[in-house]
Amino acid sequence: MTLKSEPFVVNVGPQHPSTHGVFRLRLTLDGEKIIDADMVMGYLHRSMEKLAEERTYTQNIPFTDRTDYLAAMTGNLAYVMAVEKLMNIEVPERAQFLRTIMAELQRIASHSMAIGIFANDCGAWQTPVMHMFRDREKILDLFEMACGARLTLNYMRIGGVSRDIPDEWMPQAHKLLKDLPNRFAEYEDLLLSNEIIIARSRGIGVLTPEQAIAYSVSGPMLRGSGVAWDIRKADPYAAYDKLDFDIAVGTNGDAYDRFVIRLAELRQSLRILEQALDMMPTGPVHERLGTSTVQPGTQPIAPLVFRPPVGEAYARIESPRGELGYYIVSDGGPSPFRFHIRSPSFINLTPLKQMAIGSTIADAIVILGSVDIVVGEVDR
Amino acid sequence: MTTYVTGIQIADSIDGKFPDAVEDGQPEFAVVKSDRLVEVLTWLRDDPDHEYKFLSSLTGVDRIQWFEVAYHLESFKHNRATTIKVRSDDRENPSVPSAVPVWLGAQLQEREAYDLLGIRFEGNPDLRRIFLWEGFAGFPLRKDYLNLPGGKMPGLERFPGEPGAELSGRGTE
Repeated sequence: MTLKSEPFVVNVGPQHPSTHGVFRLRLTLDGEKIIDADMVMGYLHRSMEKLAEERTYTQNIPFTDRTDYLAAMTGNLAYVMAVEKLMNIEVPERAQFLRTIMAELQRIASHSMAIGIFANDCGAWQTPVMHMFRDREKILDLFEMACGARLTLNYMRIGGVSRDIPDEWMPQAHKLLKDLPNRFAEYEDLLLSNEIIIARSRGIGVLTPEQAIAYSVSGPMLRGSGVAWDIRKADPYAAYDKLDFDIAVGTNGDAYDRFVIRLAELRQSLRILEQALDMMPTGPVHERLGTSTVQPGTQPIAPLVFRPPVGEAYARIESPRGELGYYIVSDGGPSPFRFHIRSPSFINLTPLKQMAIGSTIADAIVILGSVDIVVGEVDR
Repeated sequence: MTTYVTGIQIADSIDGKFPDAVEDGQPEFAVVKSDRLVEVLTWLRDDPDHEYKFLSSLTGVDRIQWFEVAYHLESFKHNRATTIKVRSDDRENPSVPSAVPVWLGAQLQEREAYDLLGIRFEGNPDLRRIFLWEGFAGFPLRKDYLNLPGGKMPGLERFPGEPGAELSGRGTE
């Protein structure tokens, strides 16, 4: 006897823990099998690109905290690099090292979240996340010491960073670096050969290297598919050209490989941090730039209003989620003529439909978790 | 280090293969004619001397006199990056050919440019609004969206000390 069936539509989200924010997946099912997947986004669309056209270049830095709110440092860095490229500003070496250190600390914090939440999606409800929060808290403490904020950091400036680290920062950072390897070993023991995680994530959401490149995915997703492409190596920015590290590369391009890449990158970030803290030079943390406005009683270090020459610049960095690019068009005025964010979370979602079709809802949740989206960055 | 291929260089090499397909070559980008776009992009992707297999970013800009779409391309093999642009002069109904046949990664980015700037990408299989809802009036990233002079709100008057703080250089006249 054959059973008659008809397609059935299931909405995953917008309010659902597995969607990592306010994001909706509209899945069409035939029995248990997904036959169509449609992404509905925009719930968190704040029109940042339009808002930025009304603000000065410096006033736009806080927006970059609020796109990828789990990695504000890298958001800051990509944006200020784009403006520096537009204006040909050289950044002092100490600032370059501070930027590198902060970006790598941020990568550890962000990857920790990604790994914890991925385990969550695989069924390990909340316990791994809480373990990961333990390390992330320590890193946020360091951020707080450096700039006073924990999440929306607003630390980088056009021409450097907002302030130097206090004296007690270094000892605390060294202490954290001493603790982290044991923690990472613990996570690797718990998660890497975990039967449930392997059963849930092996062989699903597979992207071949050719597909990954064609779909413009970047970051751990691209490297998970076996493409050894990391902007920190390919086009070194900040102080990465002076530091030694390896690119973690997967073989199968499945959800499990992406997860393993993130675990491996924690170790590499640690390597970078150890070297960078030792090599940190002394000196100014902000380039002294010509100023057009002088506030009474202060030493001007940068103008209140930047007016880059007419032109455009595209700067990109390796954020925890992939290639984060800022495309800025200047008409010579005090605010950008066009401000575009090439956000890795958004573009990494492009192959989601292809990856989800043919799998089940339970798999689709794991696949979405392996993409590691931050909806603030998807919708902007 | 990635080599940034200037628009003049890339315009020269496109010109060698497709005479009269290039509209303009600036230091930062090369402009390709709209009707030749897909064949030029396909050639840039497949030619062994270029191999721009990775579409890094696709976005639109409202230049007031025209709309343009910028393609930031990357070649992993040669570690090179370059920028190609295409223009559409039609203010009411701007349209350019879709790059989805060349790079699948253009799908969502073209939907975004359509949603916020109203640029139609002819040949995109799924051109719908993405962040805003169907029926939303207008395209917010267009400079004339709010019908304000120069397409912008008077937001920068808070720096009276700065010489020439008035809004300038917008070029809407």
